[in-house]
Amino acid sequence: MEASDSELIAAVLKGDCAAFEPLVAKYQSRVFATARRYARRESEVEDIVQEVFIKAYQKLDSFRGEAPFEHWLMKMAVRTCYDFLRSHQRNRETNISELTDTETDWLERVASQPVDQSNDTDAARMLVERVLSQLSPAARMVITLLEIEEKSVKEIAALTGWSLPLVKVRAFRARAEMRKILSRITKEKYL
Amino acid sequence: MNSSDLHQKIISAARSNPPGGQAPYAFEKRVMARVRSLRPVSTLSLWGRPLWMAALSCVAVTMLCGVWSFASVHTTDNDSFSQELESVVYASMDLHSEEIW
Repeated sequence: MEASDSELIAAVLKGDCAAFEPLVAKYQSRVFATARRYARRESEVEDIVQEVFIKAYQKLDSFRGEAPFEHWLMKMAVRTCYDFLRSHQRNRETNISELTDTETDWLERVASQPVDQSNDTDAARMLVERVLSQLSPAARMVITLLEIEEKSVKEIAALTGWSLPLVKVRAFRARAEMRKILSRITKEKYL
Repeated sequence: MNSSDLHQKIISAARSNPPGGQAPYAFEKRVMARVRSLRPVSTLSLWGRPLWMAALSCVAVTMLCGVWSFASVHTTDNDSFSQELESVVYASMDLHSEEIW
């Protein structure tokens, strides 16, 4: 029979560090999916995920067990991703005009279709990544959580540690930032 | 197409293409190797060692004080103490008697 999360955590806190391995195996896919929303290179994604689990191990004694372990871990993952975005702020792209052919094709197809869905998912993903990579770290975090993952303001506040008014202000600014980037694309491509 | 349409389409494209959660082979082993190289840090273990050191030094000081006080009590001779007390008490009387004579 598999041990529950609380049993494994209790074992780790008693000094049995091997009990942490099933927790890593159980939750790594969720943390990888979160990290891939913010980092493009696979080596960066792996570094983020590794850092999340190391932090979780080091701070495990601060886990009170009031909420599920997964929620506590995802908070840590989101905050680590935000730290990653802030530390790589200088590397973010500032030029959208250099779209690849597949991205331009996707844009043109999407522009001509009234339907939201497009078949070329790779091009869509690359273009989304390209647009998001131009946003500031806070704007990217808010757009990802609020609009792409469709989380509520309250959930975002809990995940990021920001206050509710701060999340609202950052969401407003992030949408304005995104509109600015997209209007540049539409001007460059369609005017 | 205006920017708000493009915004909606890009967001819906991002929603319909969520990133995968697949992990590299034996990634948990790699994490555990890093975890094992770390020493577990807890507030109890951080405070435990200095508190034990402080407790041991306090016990050592207490024992030294005890030994010193025990030794000083036993080196004082009861007879010499009583003689000294007697001479102090009678000192004023001796002075007074010398003046009379």
